[in-house]
Amino acid sequence: MSALKADVIIVGGGIMGASSAFFLRQRGMSVILLERGLIGQQASGVNFGNTRRMGRPIEQLPLSNRSREIWLKFKELFGADVELLLNGHLRAGFTPAHEERMVKYAEEAKSFGIGMQMLGAKTLHERFPYLGPEITSGCYAPYDGHANPRLAAPAIGRAAVRAGAQVFENTEMTSLEKDGGDFVATTADGRTFRAPVALVTAGAWGNRISTRFGEPVPMVAKAPQMCVTEPVPYAIGPTIGGMADTFEQVVYFRQVARGNIVIGGGGHELADIDKRRAYVNPSRTLYKLKSAPRVMPAFNHLHIIRVWGGIEGYMDDSRPAMGPSARVPGLYYAFGFSGEGFQLGPGVGEVMAELIATGATSTPIECYDIGRFAAPVANAA
Amino acid sequence: MGQPRVIIIGAGPAGVRCAETLVRAGLRPTVVDENRRDGGQIYRRQPDNFTRPYDKLYGTEAERAQSLHASFDALRAKVDYMPETLAWNIFGGKLHVVRDQRSKALPYDALVICSGATDRLMPVKGWHYAGTYSLGASQIALKAQACAIGRQVVFMGTGPLLYLVASQYVKAGANVAAVLDTSPLMRRVAALPKLLARPAVLRNGLALVSYLKRAGVQVLTGITPVEITGSAENGVQGVVVRDKHGNERSFECDAVGMGYHLRPETQLADLARCSFRFDAETRQWLPEVGEDGRTSVPGVYLAGDGMKVLGADAAEIGGRLAALAVLKDLKLKVNEDELQALRAEQAKMDRFRRGLAQAFPWPAEQAAALPDDAVVCRCEVVTAGDLRRTVREMGAQEANRAKALCRVGMGRCQGRYCGHAGAEIIAHAAGVPLEQVGRLRGQAPVKPLSMAVREEVE
Amino acid sequence: MNHRFVRLAETNRAIVRIVIDGAPVEALAGDTLMVAMLNNVRSLRESEFGDGRRAGFCLMGACQDCWVWTAQNTRLRACTTVVAEGMNIVTRQPEATWANLA
Repeated sequence: MSALKADVIIVGGGIMGASSAFFLRQRGMSVILLERGLIGQQASGVNFGNTRRMGRPIEQLPLSNRSREIWLKFKELFGADVELLLNGHLRAGFTPAHEERMVKYAEEAKSFGIGMQMLGAKTLHERFPYLGPEITSGCYAPYDGHANPRLAAPAIGRAAVRAGAQVFENTEMTSLEKDGGDFVATTADGRTFRAPVALVTAGAWGNRISTRFGEPVPMVAKAPQMCVTEPVPYAIGPTIGGMADTFEQVVYFRQVARGNIVIGGGGHELADIDKRRAYVNPSRTLYKLKSAPRVMPAFNHLHIIRVWGGIEGYMDDSRPAMGPSARVPGLYYAFGFSGEGFQLGPGVGEVMAELIATGATSTPIECYDIGRFAAPVANAA
Repeated sequence: MGQPRVIIIGAGPAGVRCAETLVRAGLRPTVVDENRRDGGQIYRRQPDNFTRPYDKLYGTEAERAQSLHASFDALRAKVDYMPETLAWNIFGGKLHVVRDQRSKALPYDALVICSGATDRLMPVKGWHYAGTYSLGASQIALKAQACAIGRQVVFMGTGPLLYLVASQYVKAGANVAAVLDTSPLMRRVAALPKLLARPAVLRNGLALVSYLKRAGVQVLTGITPVEITGSAENGVQGVVVRDKHGNERSFECDAVGMGYHLRPETQLADLARCSFRFDAETRQWLPEVGEDGRTSVPGVYLAGDGMKVLGADAAEIGGRLAALAVLKDLKLKVNEDELQALRAEQAKMDRFRRGLAQAFPWPAEQAAALPDDAVVCRCEVVTAGDLRRTVREMGAQEANRAKALCRVGMGRCQGRYCGHAGAEIIAHAAGVPLEQVGRLRGQAPVKPLSMAVREEVE
Repeated sequence: MNHRFVRLAETNRAIVRIVIDGAPVEALAGDTLMVAMLNNVRSLRESEFGDGRRAGFCLMGACQDCWVWTAQNTRLRACTTVVAEGMNIVTRQPEATWANLA
């Protein structure tokens, strides 16, 4: 059987891969996307769903802003409603140290159009009368919000297909090799695919592929710990995050239009990328049950109806590997977004498409070079 | 070695007999039960201040009920009984339970899950209206609360429970307008050889039908449900079906009791990471069980309707067998003759159960026939049309994918009542075998968990 | 007829007084909250998603269709809660202020 050819092979069909496929098609490049399971089934589909900019590392904000522009046109571009709600994002602090952290960030990030407002206790409790009495300060970003992660990547994937991308779900890649000027991908069902460019968007499994090309990265697979309440009347506009001093105390939540409140936090569990298993630790569920009422006491009246986890790739320095390979021409990476990738997804796709098609991108991503992990080369004698 | 820690979940027939067998062997098991009182569902005990005698409550099963209750009463001092305690999760070799908003993690050497069953439902257009109840619910209203679910009740579905509940209602003085059985009479005849595995039970069943007819209740077989009529504000107003000749028939009522046999509660087996296999005969996924209730996970056992629906009598046998399996696996002595006798009894039960499945089949074909505007998922109000659109326009061919995209099974009940029909609709719309659609993965908590719950610190 | 369930027996029990939607009603000791309510009104709650009133379904704590709001904005599963004197239930969805501090 002869190989199927395209300009670009994308390995991994999460939001990064689906988005890259779509934007490469916008630039007239042919695309093959290989996904072992279904589009958006892993980290892209199980994360908290925050589309915030506030709180991101400063160097990430240009990419985040670029992505935001695409989120604002989601329905128009991708043809689906993914329940985007832009009623703001609120960080709530309990101590003077928390307030300091928020003030510092608001100052550092002030030129990125996030519109952050520091709020004192009185204003906070007036504007958000459900907040707990222990909260003494807050920072409100009025334009941020959240969307439905279960819907987003699949919608982008379907749009990519409509735009002419060749998407192969339930197709496990067994090898990716350079053969002359081409990358050759072989899949478990015996097919081969060829392209001069390969883009690795394989999330927590990205390291397997980068290692094969001599570029291992320090990444750990972890399972986010999520839970959700029954649907209750819509009352909480912003995504809310309680500042914390330990991972166990971390809690953040968002209420969807239908009324359920999604709650994350309480730390992570390790995930098994070989068996593709990730579990929710009941203790971490109970941490959230304890932390959430400190932010909103009314939680004590509610019930959680479901928990879930998933598999996300976390880099040691919490930054992704994004950009060209440092060793292999034609090879690109966009994986390891360390639990922060959902909001960046559309932007990452647009940037990678720009980079692959034109050789450069206007959005600064040099700090995400995979070359930063390379061992220093010994000096020549 | 200290006393082995054995935890039994469920104080119904399986759990009680399991506990009894372990206590006889010198162990002190923990018995966790969600309800206020022991007995499970079929032998549900009425509140303390109720006065109806056993024969009134349990009819032909009065003796068995009395024996079960008396057995547990005698056991209470010899087990660690935890009533009103929900087993909400299993993780890291511990059972997580909650009572009075305190959660504890109980380690175990052996865990016997006797979680019982719920009714199995096939949706019909209008089944979301106030006044639609499961057959089990109709029975609980009567047995545990001395109430009828309405002034004029129609019972619809299939299985022996349909006739049992209807006749119990008539006997108790309720107004039953009709009993509508989707299974054609001929199927009962064809299943007779298997049903004869338990002649007494078969006789009781036949007697119920003649009782109903003598009481003037319309009993129709081979019907096809069309619609439960009603209004959003007032609830159920009637039932429309097609009879076996294809003619439309309407029945006025303010309540419908509906059900198609039972389905095992398998969430805890799922959380314990037991493997499941597809049972083609009953068109559902069941935990894989080896001999005597052993699962694919060492130390975890199943018994009763929570393993496979075989009925209360078989549950008692299953509970005893699981206890013997636990003892054997803990390298304790068991009576081999007792073991063999119990296995032989259970085999008879299984033959009868297969006869019931043949006589009163799950009406799988009704799923494909549901109109697009029929609600399938009551919790999230997802219609058959929504689900079909998710298959056809979004490519969902698998249960969890469909759930992620259109919310079917994502509500409070975690797919207990929509899961089976949902899978049938997906299979039909996608043109794939039912087995390929898979099953909804169980997620903790098994039932809604109050956010006021805190971890109990020793 | 302003109730849904029909008592067939066991009516000789102590009276328990509760409030439903602001109106005082009577139940009998030993009733579940669901039975107490449905012997006085025809439904327990409104569905969150616009399909109308709900009156429970399984009566055994499995379907989760009978969760009701109290006047204090707490939640009770009606079929597994025993009715108690003074319970104050509302059968409509609360306002968005349910989450506000008292």
